[in-house]
Amino acid sequence: MASFDEKAVLKKVFNYILLIALAVVILAPFFIGIWTSFLPTMDIAKGNLFSTNLSLDNYAAAFTKTPILRYLLNTLVISTITMIAQLIFCSMSAYAFVFLKFKFRKTIFTLFLVTMMLPFEAEIIPNFATVKQMGLLDNYAVLIIPFLTSAFGTFMLRQSFMQTPIELKEASDIEGLNHFQFYWNIVLSYNKISMITLGAYSFLGSWNQYLWPMLTTFSNNSRVIQNGLKQLQSEETFNDWGMIQASAAIIVIPTIIVLFIGQHYFKSGMNEGAVK
Amino acid sequence: MSTVLTNVSKRYDSDKTVLSDVSAEIQTGEFFVIVGPSGCGKSTLLRMIAGLTQISDGEISINDKVVNDMAPKDRNLTMVFQSYALFPFLSVWDNVAFGLKARKNTSQSEIEERVNDALKMVNLEELKDRKPRELSGGQRQRVALARAVASDAKICLMDEPLSNLDAQLRIKMRQEIYALQRKLGLTLIYVTHDQVEAMTMADHIMVLHDSKVQQIGTPTEIYKHPANEFVASFFGVPPINILPATKDTGNLIEVNNDFKMEVDQQVPNDHFQVGIRPNELVIEAADELDANASIKTIEFLGDEKIVYIKMAHNNVEVAAIVASDSEFKAYDTIKVTAKNNYLVFNSDGVNITKSVEDVVNA
Repeated sequence: MASFDEKAVLKKVFNYILLIALAVVILAPFFIGIWTSFLPTMDIAKGNLFSTNLSLDNYAAAFTKTPILRYLLNTLVISTITMIAQLIFCSMSAYAFVFLKFKFRKTIFTLFLVTMMLPFEAEIIPNFATVKQMGLLDNYAVLIIPFLTSAFGTFMLRQSFMQTPIELKEASDIEGLNHFQFYWNIVLSYNKISMITLGAYSFLGSWNQYLWPMLTTFSNNSRVIQNGLKQLQSEETFNDWGMIQASAAIIVIPTIIVLFIGQHYFKSGMNEGAVK
Repeated sequence: MSTVLTNVSKRYDSDKTVLSDVSAEIQTGEFFVIVGPSGCGKSTLLRMIAGLTQISDGEISINDKVVNDMAPKDRNLTMVFQSYALFPFLSVWDNVAFGLKARKNTSQSEIEERVNDALKMVNLEELKDRKPRELSGGQRQRVALARAVASDAKICLMDEPLSNLDAQLRIKMRQEIYALQRKLGLTLIYVTHDQVEAMTMADHIMVLHDSKVQQIGTPTEIYKHPANEFVASFFGVPPINILPATKDTGNLIEVNNDFKMEVDQQVPNDHFQVGIRPNELVIEAADELDANASIKTIEFLGDEKIVYIKMAHNNVEVAAIVASDSEFKAYDTIKVTAKNNYLVFNSDGVNITKSVEDVVNA
């Protein structure tokens, strides 16, 4: 009996050691990054990572010496608009694919899926030519309009909407709800979790855009944060690594907030009790 | 003021017929039960009345107005679903108020009054702020009922509302639904596969089988004068015993070659069937010479026993109900006879029994 317990304890200890080791490997770069953002650049350059000259100077420098606030604002506006637009358009098209009966429904949906399989990089040149023709370069619009909707979002919400019990639709029909009321009051509420997931996904996707804004924006008025960060690095002959590190920490914060808010909603059982 | 179905049919794809030629008149204020085995089309029929499913042929009219092409909401009815169809993100109160708010022709104060009354009627007042997931199965069922009660629609459709509840709760809810229907004067069209629910609640029963109406009548008519073999065997627990019979001399018929019984009516000269309810069979212990059957198993129900019997001929099994103090055991040899209460079916299964009244009048 005693030997059995010993085995179990050993197994547990081993498991936890493994988990802790993996956690350290994964989190170390992140913590080193945050740590160095508090160190003076001189110490970083010398490789003196265990220096104790901790201060918020790098953060103050990032905010005062660089247009990082402007970049943050640009990105926030663009990401928020993109997110809202994707939620509206994707949920509406997904609703149509699930609840409306029309000719060629399957064919059109297949076309949607085909666009999803095409990598964005392959669309960049034609897209660039298009927005250039339209005179949208170096403008918020160029960062928003191509991303107003997404095939992936439609696909994801369609799968989720199909799980909505058909009885809810029938009950709504009997109560006399029209399509928009049913969509707005029932479908969106029932699929709240999927909507939040897609919202977080599209916000982060937009926040982390790099290639497309690099090609289409040239001035601080519309430059987004990821490109701004790169800008900090190359503009100066001497790279102020402490400050760059502080900026990097600043721009990660919103993504962490989004994940935290999102996580709060990933509770299972929210829709229990609708149908038996 | 009634709901009339005239030659209603439903076909999918031209060759798959779900319902054919259903006609019925449902009186205002009556409890009308549509009953049948699963797959007989009863839910489809209810959905067609609700307007959720298109009808292929025929005509449905509510209060003298043909509603074939009318949207569900304009038919002025409510529906209680087998799965309840509650909105999980709304509280009990909001679930009940939902339909009233959606219709927008009711004032706020009237909505509140109706919802509170409805919740009081189904004893859910204390739980009005809970979400459906925090309720038990029976309570969810009550919310669905309250939704129908709160509505001002006078026709209520129910699609197997009790099939997800356990046996005891089902009996309780059965009584509550019945009481509500009487109290509110609703026209209730109720679909079930459970013959007990049909018998206990209905004013009129429609029996559906093989996508056709087998019989429409009051519970008594259906039980005493079933139109055919199917209806006879669908109602009653254990089901009626149906035995092959042939004509003997005089008034006698030979049942399953096992025993003779007297009938006071004409019977076909060739083969036909007799139906005898389990409580109309008489069994007595007999030695092997006199016996015409043996006992297979016995079920003790407290106030009575159900005896399952294997007849001597044709491998036929029957069930009989006997007093609970009678001393039969499995494998006993017995003699089976019948009292003078029987049904006669011709070779097509149609009931050709002459009813007692007819005999008296003749």
